[in-house]
Amino acid sequence: MATTIEPAINQSAKSGAQPLLSIRNVSKSFAKNPVLRDVSLQIAEGEFLTILGESGSGKTTLLRIIAGFENASSGEVFMGGERIDMLPPYRRRVNTVFQNYALFPHLSVSENVGYGPRVAKVDKSEIAVRVEQALAMVKMTAYAGSKPSQISGGQQQRVALARALVNRPGLLLLDEPLSALDANLRRQMQVELKSLQREVGIAFVFVTHDQEEAMVMSDRIALLHMGELEQIAAPREIYARPATAYTAQFIGHTNLLRAEVRGGVARYGPLRWHTSTPDGVALFSLRPENIRCVQDGSGANAEVICFRGRISSQAFHGATELLKIACEGGLTLSMRSAARETWEGERQFEFAAGDAVPVRESHSGEGGADR
Amino acid sequence: MFSRAYRVAITLPPLLWVTLFLLVPYLLLFCYSFWSVSPQQIIVHSWSLDNYRELLRVNVYLQTLFRSMWIAARVMFFALLLGYPLAYYLSFHAGKRRDLLYQLVIIPLWVSYLVRAYAWKTILGSDGVLNTLLEYVHLTKHPLEFLLYSPFAVVLTLTHIYTPFAFLPIYASLEHIPRNLVEASHDLGASPFQTFWRVIFPLSIPGILAGATFAFVLSLGDFLAPLLLGGPSGIMISNVVVSLFGAVYNWPLGAAISLSMLGLVLGLLFLSETLEKKWSIR
Repeated sequence: MATTIEPAINQSAKSGAQPLLSIRNVSKSFAKNPVLRDVSLQIAEGEFLTILGESGSGKTTLLRIIAGFENASSGEVFMGGERIDMLPPYRRRVNTVFQNYALFPHLSVSENVGYGPRVAKVDKSEIAVRVEQALAMVKMTAYAGSKPSQISGGQQQRVALARALVNRPGLLLLDEPLSALDANLRRQMQVELKSLQREVGIAFVFVTHDQEEAMVMSDRIALLHMGELEQIAAPREIYARPATAYTAQFIGHTNLLRAEVRGGVARYGPLRWHTSTPDGVALFSLRPENIRCVQDGSGANAEVICFRGRISSQAFHGATELLKIACEGGLTLSMRSAARETWEGERQFEFAAGDAVPVRESHSGEGGADR
Repeated sequence: MFSRAYRVAITLPPLLWVTLFLLVPYLLLFCYSFWSVSPQQIIVHSWSLDNYRELLRVNVYLQTLFRSMWIAARVMFFALLLGYPLAYYLSFHAGKRRDLLYQLVIIPLWVSYLVRAYAWKTILGSDGVLNTLLEYVHLTKHPLEFLLYSPFAVVLTLTHIYTPFAFLPIYASLEHIPRNLVEASHDLGASPFQTFWRVIFPLSIPGILAGATFAFVLSLGDFLAPLLLGGPSGIMISNVVVSLFGAVYNWPLGAAISLSMLGLVLGLLFLSETLEKKWSIR
């Protein structure tokens, strides 16, 4: 193969350093059914990367290709400059926390944690020390002698984590590890997992379908949709500057505006705003919280767009509420604001032109409807 | 939830069946084992432990029992030796051929036991398939005598007949092992060989115990294979019982041996049950 210049796909979070893991043009089909299409991404040392996607997006398949449980139909995986996609899972410096933990039922908690060092023929006394450290790290020392069936789901989760980390992997893969836990424990584990990751400094690849979880924990989010990488970026960036209509809708709520652009002005119903988007039909994402209710429309100028409307429905979310605005010209927009008692009569609303972010149409074509 | 009449209606038939065809005969057998036979060949209903004393006193009975156990132990060993790798292969590596192979293991069970035993007779006999072949290729000059009418023939036939019984529980226990445990083991750096010995084998022990028990207990009580293929040196304890109930006409002694065997087998079943419980963790 001819020497090719490494394409600058997705700059890793920590620029300059060689990526820890590099996935290049990986595709995977099951019985001619494509589940991954030409996915490329890089993971930096110490990074917390979340692979986010709904079920069937290919996120677990991608993880299993990194771990070595599946072979890619095409493409390559490199780790620290070495090609690893031909290696069996037991030759990779990668460990996995499985979705349902996969603890060995016939072994005690400490035997489970000591499994990796033991099969690697590490010295017995050293195994004991490392198992103890790993159990202390996840606060499970008291359960060292218990069998997996005797401890709770959350505790099994910690043991699975200790069992993986005790091997000091270059990269830790986590396959929806929190999905079996109830909401409160889940939030607690998100925080613990994140701080544990900072403490050990090992790169984590975390798979989830929960966009909030992804935003709370990740340094970067890779959003997969029908086997394709939609966008990879830091949580704030992916939220503020979604690249595609799908990203904008999947991460948080949004208003998708299918506007007509002519001469640098986007028209959507009665709304007009300046844009640098070329002429033609274009999609814009406008986050509900970027719409404000104002006293009068006097603040309107080239950068701030003003319109009138009345609140047609109200969904209370605690600190905030999500409102539907029925605007002039039969349009409906969503707006998020601090929770208030009543919204009566016709009101003035505004948003900044810069908050209407142009987004690409997604390949599968959904996202056309404005919601 | 269900009416009393309904519960009685569904419980009664099997209960009657078990009482009539299992409990009553065993009770009769139990009574017989304490009675005796007069010189005029009449059953005397006088209660004594004489039959059990006879059993321990006459060497032939104990020798035959030990030979039976030794044959059963060998059958158990070979059935596991054949059944385990087969079950392992089917469960983990057979892929698309699995269903077909599984049927191939099961189908021989549909063929009559007698037919299979006779088949071995035609294979192992002096003019049998095997001896003819060996002489034809000049490996032997005379028919090998030990092939038929020997404990060897009995072990071979019983292994053939009872290997599926050892295979099935092992296969079931292997199928029960969550595959992500195997993945977890590989993920933690264990080679396939290490994964087998540290994860798969320990988790299949309950199946091995069940399979071993099946093969041993079924062989121990077998009387057709020794009758057809065992010859004088391959006689097993059940043949003794058969002749005591038949030609010898000493039902009381036959009953005593039967009940002793029953006790032995129940003890074995209890032991294997206990061990299986100890080994099945979930």
